[in-house]
Amino acid sequence: MGTSEMGLTAVAMSGGLDSSVTAWLLAQSGRPVVGLSMLLWDQSGVEANGRCCGALDLGDAKRVAQQAGIPHYTLRMDQEFRQQVVDPFVSDYLAGRTPSPCVRCNTWIKFDLLLEKARSFGAERVATGHYARIVEGPDGPELHTALDPDKDQSYYLFELSRQQLAASLFPLGEMTKPEVREIARRAGLVVAEKGESMEVCFVAGGLREFVEAQVAEHPDRFAGAAARLDQPARLVNAAGTELGEGQPYYRYTVGQRRGLGLAAKSPLFVLAIEPEENRVLVGPEEELLAPGLRGERLHWIGREPAGPVEATVRIRSRHPGVPALIRPREDGTPGTVEIDFAEPQRGVTPGQAAVFYQGTRVLGGCWIQGRL
Amino acid sequence: MVSVYLDHNATTPLHPAAREAMLPWLGEQHGNPSSIHRFGQAARNAVEEAREKVAALLGARPPEMVFTASGTEANNAVLFHVARARASGHLVISSFEHPSIREAAARLEKDGAFEVTRVSPGTDGVVAVEAVVAALRPDTRLVCLMLANNEIGTVQPVAEVAAACRERGILVLCDAVQAVGKIPVSVEALGVDFLTLGAHKFHGPLGAAALWVRKGVEISPLLVGGSQERRRRASTENVPALAGLGAAAAAAAAELPARTAHLAALRDAFEAELPRRVPGAILHCTGSPRLPNTSHVAFPGVEGEALLIRLDIAGFAVSTGSACSSGTVEPSKTLLAIGLSREEALSSLRVSFGMTNRPEEVEAFLAALAREVEAIRRLAPASVLSGGA
Repeated sequence: MGTSEMGLTAVAMSGGLDSSVTAWLLAQSGRPVVGLSMLLWDQSGVEANGRCCGALDLGDAKRVAQQAGIPHYTLRMDQEFRQQVVDPFVSDYLAGRTPSPCVRCNTWIKFDLLLEKARSFGAERVATGHYARIVEGPDGPELHTALDPDKDQSYYLFELSRQQLAASLFPLGEMTKPEVREIARRAGLVVAEKGESMEVCFVAGGLREFVEAQVAEHPDRFAGAAARLDQPARLVNAAGTELGEGQPYYRYTVGQRRGLGLAAKSPLFVLAIEPEENRVLVGPEEELLAPGLRGERLHWIGREPAGPVEATVRIRSRHPGVPALIRPREDGTPGTVEIDFAEPQRGVTPGQAAVFYQGTRVLGGCWIQGRL
Repeated sequence: MVSVYLDHNATTPLHPAAREAMLPWLGEQHGNPSSIHRFGQAARNAVEEAREKVAALLGARPPEMVFTASGTEANNAVLFHVARARASGHLVISSFEHPSIREAAARLEKDGAFEVTRVSPGTDGVVAVEAVVAALRPDTRLVCLMLANNEIGTVQPVAEVAAACRERGILVLCDAVQAVGKIPVSVEALGVDFLTLGAHKFHGPLGAAALWVRKGVEISPLLVGGSQERRRRASTENVPALAGLGAAAAAAAAELPARTAHLAALRDAFEAELPRRVPGAILHCTGSPRLPNTSHVAFPGVEGEALLIRLDIAGFAVSTGSACSSGTVEPSKTLLAIGLSREEALSSLRVSFGMTNRPEEVEAFLAALAREVEAIRRLAPASVLSGGA
């Protein structure tokens, strides 16, 4: 098929290096391309309500679009982003979980709302700067890891459906970061020397401070949370013995060692957070090791398997993965699983995603409720 | 690739005569109009020649013209002058004034010394004279009423409002930025005290604008630090832009009847054909006095933002409202002010024709519009088509 018959591709442009190179590469390929930027979160301090908003990082996206010779539009999606990503992020912390907002942003914003908007502009596909690959399999498109394991972002994409993958393009999936930067340099893109973006794009400072500020700003959204925010949590060990008072519970993360402020013969770690009891369970390192996990909101990219599945499971984005058996929970609750690890793992953290791999292929995943 | 510009209320291409007038000042000539030497004298001459031409366009006297860098600056200058001169009191503005007036008034209100009454237009897009008069108070210091609305193009009863204000000794500012160069504008006929215009809306360059101040009416400078513009606006004059403004004003004066006729012919052809080509399209305020070049259309069930982007990709530049610095789309305040719902406002496009548009471009635009509206309607769920949610 000649490029002239190709349908319009929309590139999600954040103004960062990866999405800029994505846009440039697609434009160079001769296919019709349009750049779209999402106004997700206004950090400029300018009240955006009903007025033109701060341009944020999107100025760079506009400049790269001009360099690539493609039109560019900014779409205001801050309300949806708040509902689908920011509020659940805060709620997770308040529930004692450690959230993974990038997954939700991909599932509900980039490959749902943005895709829908792009289609309304006449585009057939959305391209992003994700490091992952879409491979055409016997039963439809499959999600695979990037060739560069250091940059692989397939973990964050596990909730996509086949339909979403069929309408997506990840042109950087077979490249390394240095190659991408070299392309930007050779093309003279204004973002060529830009560093990596922040871990959580909408949080400028500390995560805990962000949670506190959100609760203070929107007490209606997080009912009853404000009162609990300044109560020190009780730190207890596995035997139920109270070891002292700590900080408010939502400031802790499972696996955390530092900042507990407890004197003990061997180092103590956070094992679990129990918001209802206002308790933080602590113990020695070996108690962090879990033989498996309980998961919910199970998602399979392809057809749902009939029985238990053997796969490599990654329990956080930087986790190398562990061989495991994924099996339906005994009580049969739909959408839930239990996962047995071949070897006990540290840091099974509620709120993080557990993503299932067979080789480079992502089968699906679930959200971690707790350890087995 | 097709490239048809139908957004002339945002800005217009430069008139060849304006370009000619500017070129010497972008090339072989230069000078500071305040300098005593011959370089300065030539620059001074260019600025004063421009002043005469702009004054002539408005039926004003040259010394009454204060050059500024933008219509926004000119509007701001009047409101903040009134605030300084009168210290406290009451302002009346129409609710769909340009933001340079709305937000200046809002700042004075927030600072606490001024109260502001905002008079909404009727569903015909016109502010009723009686509504303005009813808002006047003994301590009203200033009334702001635009001559033509930038989005829907409706012409406002400025002369009648000014007459009522004059009887009461109240100053009137008329933002004529959208009207100048499209319809006759006479400061005497309007009877206002301040009138503002911007060059780039009538084929002049960006960065040149003017504030007309009636003889005998005081205006203190917004910018201080120089005696330029008879101490009413400090800053070295932007000689090339002002030369362009003068030439654009002279061209507008000479061509005005032909312009009005050309623009009205394009718009009327568009509006006559539109209902047949795009069933369900709703033209706003067609029964009201309007600028000859502006059509505002709602396409029920169609998201205006998607339509604008589709048309741009297809090569047709239109707008969903007033141009916004960050390029995002919000429901137009003007459309809300004339009583449209948020959904109706978000389904609307502004088409503003210009002197360089040709009838065949109108035809091509209608075809593109029909095609893109149809494509969006095919995608849209039935609930959107019926106007729900």
